[in-house]
Amino acid sequence: MSTTTEYGYNSKVEGEVVVSRADAVINWIRRHSVWPMPMGLACCAIELMAAGGSRFDISRFGMEVMRFSPRQSDCMIVAGTVTYKMAEVVRRIYDQMAEPKWVVAMGACASTGGMYRSYAVLQGVDRIVPVDVYISGCPPRPEALLDGMMRLQEKIRNESSTRGLFKDRKARELAYKEA
Amino acid sequence: MSETDFTTALRERFPGVTERPSLDLAAYDCPHGELQDILRYLRDDAGFDMLMDVTAIDAYEESPRFTVVYHLFSTARREYVRIATPCEDDAEPRAPSVADLWPAADWHERETYDMFGITFTGHPDLRRILMWDGYPYFPLRKEFPLAGHEVDLPAPDVAERTGAKVLPAPMMGGPFHSPQKGPMSRREPRADDESWTETREKDAAQALPDGPRDFKHSDT
Ligand code: SF4
Repeated sequence: MSTTTEYGYNSKVEGEVVVSRADAVINWIRRHSVWPMPMGLACCAIELMAAGGSRFDISRFGMEVMRFSPRQSDCMIVAGTVTYKMAEVVRRIYDQMAEPKWVVAMGACASTGGMYRSYAVLQGVDRIVPVDVYISGCPPRPEALLDGMMRLQEKIRNESSTRGLFKDRKARELAYKEA
Repeated sequence: MSETDFTTALRERFPGVTERPSLDLAAYDCPHGELQDILRYLRDDAGFDMLMDVTAIDAYEESPRFTVVYHLFSTARREYVRIATPCEDDAEPRAPSVADLWPAADWHERETYDMFGITFTGHPDLRRILMWDGYPYFPLRKEFPLAGHEVDLPAPDVAERTGAKVLPAPMMGGPFHSPQKGPMSRREPRADDESWTETREKDAAQALPDGPRDFKHSDT
């Protein structure tokens, strides 16, 4: 005669109920389905593509759904050199993304302007959008990108998401106004 | 055709053409007015069927200040030739467009216009190609500092919302800075002093709906 012992979750004892904090649940959901907006502007974008490929496989972290529409994405990965001409576009795409949203500056160029100390290059994308995670490297290896994204997950985990949900927040004015 | 024969043939046809000192390719100076005829001759009769490059030289305090340079290639003979022509007017330089001879000249001339401010007369669509429309300077002119000038962002609404501006780039310090020692040819093209170094601080973290996002790293 064999006996089966059930360890851990016992539906008879605990019922169909899990008790947790709203923040923990919301953050758990958010951090495991970060849909990135691949803002690939220069060479770093190649490493971003590599991170999406099978060898590095960003889908292990729930981030493989690269969305080319700002409306569907949560996290803008700025991968590359942001020129002043492009800065406007980056900001407009950021504005069109739905809340909650995060920004990752991938590589030296996006973080600080990198080696382009130039009249044409924005010296760090944090001048136009709030950046959550900076990744060093020129270009950062896909592992570094994955590490940066895991740090972003860590950050999302510690956010007070419910505060944001219930706060009377006036609709964020979009950067583009009707001319 | 050897180079001397070619030079003779070209000089015979266009007496205004002179040889230009050059370390690599055959190079000729030609008068501004004859440029189109000479290039047409080179394309149709001398076999230089491919336009490789159009660029310009700024001699700053000399006159004529601007020289437009064309690089042609013969796909049959695999030879290059360089043609240079001075621009009319040092303040508002002009050169004839060759976009009707080679469609490739279209964007090359737009780039040369963008960087040097040389107007190509007869160009079908002379707009800036790299910098944005309305940028007030021509970056490859000698008086333009490497770091650039302070101007407004191309999009006024984004500039207003973010407080960002086009600022002179910091020329000293930073992660990619190499020591300013040794001959100019061996080091990065940077200013020797800090006169162009950016002094303005970055804006404080922009207000976010949840307040500043502190990065709390948990060990669990
Ligand atoms: S950081 Fe390096 S690899 Fe990345 S965009 Fe800049 S120059 Fe290219």
